[in-house]
Amino acid sequence: MKHRTKDRPLPTNRQIETRFTLIRTLVAVGIALAGCLILILVVSEEPWDAFVAFLIGPLESGKNIATVFETAAPLVYSGLAVSVMFSCNQFNMAGEGALYIGGLVASAVAVKLSLPIVVHPILALLLGGVAGAVVCAVPGILKIKLGATEIVSSLMLNYIVLYLGVYILNYFLIDPAAGFPATERLPESAQLPTLIPRTHFHVGTILAFVLCAVVYLYLYKSKQGYAIRMVGQNEKFARYSGIGVGGTILSAQLAGGFLAGMGGASEVLGSYTRFQWVALPGYGFDGVIVATLAGNNPLLVPLGALFLGYLRVGADIMSRRSDVATEVLSIVQGTIILLVASKLFLQHIKHKYIVSVAEKRESLAAAAPEAAPEGGEANA
Amino acid sequence: MSDYILSMEHITKVYPNGFVANRDVSLSVEKGEIHALSGENGAGKSTLMKVLFGEEQPEEGKIFFEGREIHPENSISAIKMGIGMVHQHFMLVPSLTVAENIVLGMEPGRFGYFNKREAFRRASEIIEKYRFSIDPRERVENLPVGDKQKVEILKALYRGAKLLILDEPTAVLTPQETEELFVQMNLLKAQGHTLIFISHKLREIKQICEHITVLRGGRTVGTARVADVTEQEISRMMVGRDVMLEIEKPPAHPGKTVLQVRDLPLSDRPDAPTISFDIREGEILGVAGVEGNGQSELAMSIAGLLPYKTGSIRLKGKELRGLSVRKIRALGLSHISEDRMSYGCAADANIEENLFSTTIYQKKYSRFGLLRGKLLDRRTDELIREYRIKCSEKKEPVRMLSGGNIQKVVVAREFSGNTPMILANQPTRGIDVGATEFIRNKLVDLRTNGAAVLLISADLNEVLEVSDSLLVLSSGGVSAYFADAAQVEEDTLGEYMLGLRQMTAQEIGGAVHEASD
Repeated sequence: MKHRTKDRPLPTNRQIETRFTLIRTLVAVGIALAGCLILILVVSEEPWDAFVAFLIGPLESGKNIATVFETAAPLVYSGLAVSVMFSCNQFNMAGEGALYIGGLVASAVAVKLSLPIVVHPILALLLGGVAGAVVCAVPGILKIKLGATEIVSSLMLNYIVLYLGVYILNYFLIDPAAGFPATERLPESAQLPTLIPRTHFHVGTILAFVLCAVVYLYLYKSKQGYAIRMVGQNEKFARYSGIGVGGTILSAQLAGGFLAGMGGASEVLGSYTRFQWVALPGYGFDGVIVATLAGNNPLLVPLGALFLGYLRVGADIMSRRSDVATEVLSIVQGTIILLVASKLFLQHIKHKYIVSVAEKRESLAAAAPEAAPEGGEANA
Repeated sequence: MSDYILSMEHITKVYPNGFVANRDVSLSVEKGEIHALSGENGAGKSTLMKVLFGEEQPEEGKIFFEGREIHPENSISAIKMGIGMVHQHFMLVPSLTVAENIVLGMEPGRFGYFNKREAFRRASEIIEKYRFSIDPRERVENLPVGDKQKVEILKALYRGAKLLILDEPTAVLTPQETEELFVQMNLLKAQGHTLIFISHKLREIKQICEHITVLRGGRTVGTARVADVTEQEISRMMVGRDVMLEIEKPPAHPGKTVLQVRDLPLSDRPDAPTISFDIREGEILGVAGVEGNGQSELAMSIAGLLPYKTGSIRLKGKELRGLSVRKIRALGLSHISEDRMSYGCAADANIEENLFSTTIYQKKYSRFGLLRGKLLDRRTDELIREYRIKCSEKKEPVRMLSGGNIQKVVVAREFSGNTPMILANQPTRGIDVGATEFIRNKLVDLRTNGAAVLLISADLNEVLEVSDSLLVLSSGGVSAYFADAAQVEEDTLGEYMLGLRQMTAQEIGGAVHEASD
């Protein structure tokens, strides 16, 4: 030992894994964007302009940046909803239906009740959340009581919810004067005020980002959140430890459904003048993309949602300024999700690195014999 | 030697988590014999056969088959060389016919066309040749277990197996089916095939095998001519003791009864044998026996993970039937599960999260609805120190630890609650010597301080060294009770374990210290 070999301490396995998750996500994004560039080169007459519009466009002006946030807001809500449900290992896709019904119920509260200015949107948001919770609870209950796979039942449930909603819209809430299936204009008292003029950056957008911290505390710093994560990681272990598995699964679905429902309510109250959804808005499924990018961590959900929002705004600007259609975006999204969700992507590099660190640790331990008592080494 | 069809020499196999399953094991099998491979669960029989069949790669050692050195890389290459294996769990397609199953993977026909008629012809031919009585047109799902096994054997023969490994084939068979299998095995032998018969049923080994090789604790104990040894001698080879660990154990002073078990069935069959016993404060009751004789059912019933219909379990006088796991634990039960990775821990969760799974709901760990992170961190540091958990940080996922250290996390959680009753099911299985010694000493400490301990273990060293009193399970239920485990001879224990001897109901009744009213 001439000089100390460890100028920097060797990374722990956990740090290596965190780093590799980050690298993997970044590489996935890079590959997707490169693929997108190639595609644009092939189809476009003016590829460079299109690509610049796509990548730089969203950041060009304050208004565009605000639009990115506004686009990201519903994705934050649904990303949080999916993160909570996925943390419990429940692949509940009813966030889509929950978000839809949340928007509908909030609009019903807005047009049917007349309430003072602050109370009105708060009640609409809360009842929207409750409606969402009810929707997401259904696949949970079906699973606990009847053993139905939540992924199938929730996907089917979305259509039941949609057509029930369309029925309610057409028979109870419709404004014949609108000329298309929509409610009456949402009263001023119920709307979420816009904070940046000429955009839809509203109070609900801010609320979305605040909720990330709240959901983080719920999932990582409360005993129910702990139970949700333990049931998600190993149900048998949870049962063995005395955690009520059924109740925990249900509470995760209720919490997730509430967040999604509230997201729908916030979106309608902040960005629309009338409720007019007669098809599923798709935000619920986008939540799956966001949660996957964020690794189900509520604190990373804003990053995932903003990134997705940025791509959407970019694609929108590109389609306006060039001859490339917005659909390119779906390819980028699809590629990223495929690569991030592939657990084995870059796995061999990570494994090699862990083995090499383990070897270094071994040789360090051998050099300092007093620090090697009984017990095994951490395995790679 | 040239009359050996197979010799495996100095095989050492280490699993990725550091567990040494085979240590310098050798096995030689003569051509045309039925060779028994025997030993307790976990002795390394299956690992050795997996190495031979190409499913595991040994760290060291050589394999010679028909005079040539071979390196089976996977089961396909082993099959090509003429080695066949009949697994304990059948690998058949239930919806296909017998013939289709036999030819599966080597189907006659070409260009994707499956020649069904040819398949039936070939299957019939091979059934004829080995004189199996089975209809090639029958669907496998309609067959009784014994016939499914025949299909497995035929599959191996169709692929040209000269050496056939049968992994505990009789475990799933009725006595009649077993007799039929033995006739079949002798027929195969007569036709020049060599068979390796994995079993720990001494009577069967005596009946059809020429030689027996016994493994224990991953090592070869020896090979003998079956005709030259008695069942007692084989039993001694199988269950003899290895190196002893140092356990400091003051004498026991049993107090009041903590756990009372009465007439609890050992399986869910209607004719299942039942078990009754008491465990008192300051006493370790060991349960010895070959695995699968009801130990798991006993442990899961006490822990609240398996509902029991008949019998009763009382913890400090309170009947446990219908209680939730949390209530049972709150009454004072700690439970080390035999299945560390499925039940004992959440592998992806970190050490701290694993340490508090049973207690985190308690009021003292939360304030204003949030967990008290600093308190949990401090407790975690204390436990890591006290239980000598080797880790790089307390937020390290448990899966990154070695088996012994994972078990220390489990033990730290279960032992730190000062519970009056500790259920330890295989507490040291598959972990290193240091951790084993640590855990055994902890168990003894806890009992000396007044805890009641039920120690279920397939490790004879463990039950004999650690227990104060001892129950023995064999396939027929409880076969013996010893009030003083220190007085038990291992040979005697082995005979009770394998069901060669059986105590009377009155003798076994010694495990019940209080009349149940």
